[in-house]
Amino acid sequence: MEYNNTDLAAFKNVWVFCEQRQGKLMPTDFELISEGRKLADELGVKLCGLLLGDKVEGIAKELGGYGADEVILCESELLKNYTTDAYAKVICDVVKDLKPEIVLFGATNIGRDIAPRCAARLHTGLCADCTHLDIDVAKYKEFLKTNSTLDVEASQWDMEDRNLKMTRPAFGGHLMATIICPRFRPSMATVRPGVMKKAEFDQKKADALKITRPSFKLEASDILTDVLKVEKAAKQLVDLIGADFIVSVGRGIAADVEKGIKIAEDLAAELGGVVGGSRAAIDSGWLSADRQVGQTGKTVHPKVYVALGISGAIQHKVGMQDSECIIAVNKNSAAPIFEVADYGITGDLFSVGPMLVEAIKAAKEAK
Amino acid sequence: MKIIVCVKQVPDTSGKVAVNPDGTLNRASMPTITNPDDMNAVEAALALKDNTGAEVVVVTMGPPPAEGMLRELLAMGADRAVLVSGREFGGSDTYATSQILAAAIKKIGIDKDDVIFCGRQAIDGDTAQVGPQIAEKLEIPQVSYAADIKKDGNSITVKRMLEDGFMEIKVQTPCLVTCIKELNEPRYMSIGGIMDAYSKEMQVFDYETLKDDPLIDPSTIGLKGSPTNIFKSFTPPQKGAGMMLEGADKNTCAKLAGILAEKHII
Amino acid sequence: MDFNLTKEQAMVQKMMHDFTENEVKPIAAETDRTSEYPAETIDKLFRYGVMGMGIPKEYGGAGADDVSCAIAIEELSKYCASTGDIVATHNGLCVGPILAKGTPEQKAKYLPMLCSGKKVGAFALTEPNAGSDASKGTTTAILDGDHYVMNGSKIFITNGYVADIFVVFAMTDPSKGTKGISAFIVEKDFPGFSIGKHEEKMGLHGSPTAEIVFTDCIVPKENLLGVEGKGFGIAMATLDGGRIGIAAQALGIAEGAMAEAMEFTKSRVQFGKPINKFQNTQFKFADMEVAINAGKYLTYAAASKKGEGKRFTKDAAMAKLFCSENAMKITTEAVQMLGGYGYTKDYPVERMMRDAKITEIYEGTSEVQRIVISSNIL
Repeated sequence: MEYNNTDLAAFKNVWVFCEQRQGKLMPTDFELISEGRKLADELGVKLCGLLLGDKVEGIAKELGGYGADEVILCESELLKNYTTDAYAKVICDVVKDLKPEIVLFGATNIGRDIAPRCAARLHTGLCADCTHLDIDVAKYKEFLKTNSTLDVEASQWDMEDRNLKMTRPAFGGHLMATIICPRFRPSMATVRPGVMKKAEFDQKKADALKITRPSFKLEASDILTDVLKVEKAAKQLVDLIGADFIVSVGRGIAADVEKGIKIAEDLAAELGGVVGGSRAAIDSGWLSADRQVGQTGKTVHPKVYVALGISGAIQHKVGMQDSECIIAVNKNSAAPIFEVADYGITGDLFSVGPMLVEAIKAAKEAK
Repeated sequence: MKIIVCVKQVPDTSGKVAVNPDGTLNRASMPTITNPDDMNAVEAALALKDNTGAEVVVVTMGPPPAEGMLRELLAMGADRAVLVSGREFGGSDTYATSQILAAAIKKIGIDKDDVIFCGRQAIDGDTAQVGPQIAEKLEIPQVSYAADIKKDGNSITVKRMLEDGFMEIKVQTPCLVTCIKELNEPRYMSIGGIMDAYSKEMQVFDYETLKDDPLIDPSTIGLKGSPTNIFKSFTPPQKGAGMMLEGADKNTCAKLAGILAEKHII
Repeated sequence: MDFNLTKEQAMVQKMMHDFTENEVKPIAAETDRTSEYPAETIDKLFRYGVMGMGIPKEYGGAGADDVSCAIAIEELSKYCASTGDIVATHNGLCVGPILAKGTPEQKAKYLPMLCSGKKVGAFALTEPNAGSDASKGTTTAILDGDHYVMNGSKIFITNGYVADIFVVFAMTDPSKGTKGISAFIVEKDFPGFSIGKHEEKMGLHGSPTAEIVFTDCIVPKENLLGVEGKGFGIAMATLDGGRIGIAAQALGIAEGAMAEAMEFTKSRVQFGKPINKFQNTQFKFADMEVAINAGKYLTYAAASKKGEGKRFTKDAAMAKLFCSENAMKITTEAVQMLGGYGYTKDYPVERMMRDAKITEIYEGTSEVQRIVISSNIL
């Protein structure tokens, strides 16, 4: 039967492309499976993980523990290392055969390489770097009530709408847009890592996972790119996303970069956290790119986020405003960072920073 | 050898951003810049030109004023420019945009040893989708997130960044590479380049120019041809005002630490 | 009448703005503190075609117009008047006279060196006893067969200890006063050429100023620039052009100081509000804005006239006089607005104030400009 991407009724089930690197699942996979579970339940369909690789069956079970009903497993030596050519061919071929309604990808470097290629080949829509997903209009309305300035009840709503509503920041976070793909299937989205909450692992569900192996054709001649080597970064990359305490620095440390970073490190050490930075700090070469918080960096929600000398451009705010507690120190009392801060101090970070370290140390000792 | 560089003119979101009451961006009130990642793509092309003498063609899809941006890229050293512009192209999402740009690139012509460079993503949409989608429409291989590019004969070797390391990938030309800021430091325009910029060739491709390409069909370009639609667009609410602490001395810090301890945050 | 920049001029402005912001501004304070010649910046300015930008394409230059040349100096001087000075001297005072008066052979030899050849140029007129009154110079150049023998010294020479090529003025007939002055192109490697004392200055610390000394210096006959005895006219015409560069430099300094003051007064809170909310501050900015815009028109108009080949002596003098005196006023006012902070080296306005002072002195003091202007109208 001819593949018809506009025959919406022929498409069913929610899929999550589960990325593995060197035989290890990515943390994003669990976040997406957890989120995908909710969508599948709203639609009343199955949630399937799509896993490609070479001898990766052993890692499939874990996906069940986070909510997958089934893992669609495609194994081949040619899928050992990620190549756009091989992965795009296999994914598109199985999508055409099995017709999922929704396919989610992690917005990792690989997810954002493969997803657009597949969407273009499948002639369907793709929404990039989503931070929120909905099916039910009622739930979407609730989401808007707390996350937008719209007068939600004032507009007309089609409560029967079953399109996937994919919400993402645009223009560096100044605007939010909810995207739908009404005429084609599957609806595809890449989802920003660190945003969706991971469910509790459930061993029973893991044991109940079903594994299916669809047939697919892949030959060496399909692959036009040659992976010469894969290397892990030599130095340990900082885990901003998982950190409970983050102390970030911005342009304010320009007067004495070394001292500014030292103060941030001291404060982070006292809190038991890590050092991050604004785009200005990364672009100026003061901190490595893996420490960047914000629209073009990482989205974080630690327990405490301390912003030292960060003015609070919207690009930065979108990456940290959901932190549980935000403390800002800035010389400029009008700095926008204070708009999102829970506690603000107008002052020079070079003098306030060290005093804060001492004060926190004292407060901890007093406990 | 020819290097085609796809670029986009974007509002500069690093300064003040103006939003219309209906939740759309007030583009008219904002200065425009060449998308930062695209500047890295242009630099990569010019560096390759410095070494090999290749021709550099810059192409953009946008309204007529985008010519100003293209002239600046010519002033940096690009050889010629193509402006893809037409009412029919307006409102395109990434899918439709890639159809149009792929058709424009086919019109420019791709030979065996040509390459196409794009920026990783544009700061207005941050999708990173158009590059890979152009590659798909042209049926050529792609390598995204390039932090280093070496050309030898009919292949190029790219250092492709991952979050936790990198891959080294060899790919046959013609191919498409998307560039990240770690790749290079874009050069400035030169005075000589500026003086020549307005005498270099600038072609305009409109709907008429491209309409014979099978990729150009009213059902696959523009607003109507875009698979995705905007369901809602809105501005996020401002978080409620926090507490500004008086003073910037030891007492202030002690007070803050006290609050944090009391709330069991530390 | 068109007061708009051409597309090319607007592009030069943007390019020089970006260059200054990224390459010059970050090291300006350091350059001032160490008094080190910004060699890397100048190398880049050669690479981007700014050094020698007015040299025609046939000699390897960019063939830029005079307004573009002024804009380049203005933009650089917003954050580093020293860099602006080095470029202004090279372009206006060394390239300028060779381009105007050089023989085809001299142009073919020296102009490519002064752009693609990355050789820095300088101009040597002033002597210990001959400042505003150039006729009292005692450096001599006596013809001896196929060369001149040059003796004497020149002081306060911008680019003095880094330049490779100098346009030097010397008496070929000391009995004739200004009519005995001739101009020469002198290379630093000519036998008998040496560098004397490096000056320690109040400002412009990155601009290398030195004495140059000629001790039986051998200058080939073919390096005579223009006609023997016509050097004074060449010097005056060169300074006319050079003054547009200094006007642009002074304009840039004023703009830089105003921008700093605007930034500071936005966040400095006194008596419960940012000090830019006080009308006193606002009126000062209004006056600065007027002066800067007036200076811009004077400067670009003089450059534009020069480019059209019209007489621009008075225009250049007016631009230089107005812009330099305003640079002094505006930088002083900026220091005042920043208060105690303005007086410290943590902020750039004190440097700008020191740098501004020289623009009222060199390439003709304000008093000399008034002589030039009045003699042109009376």
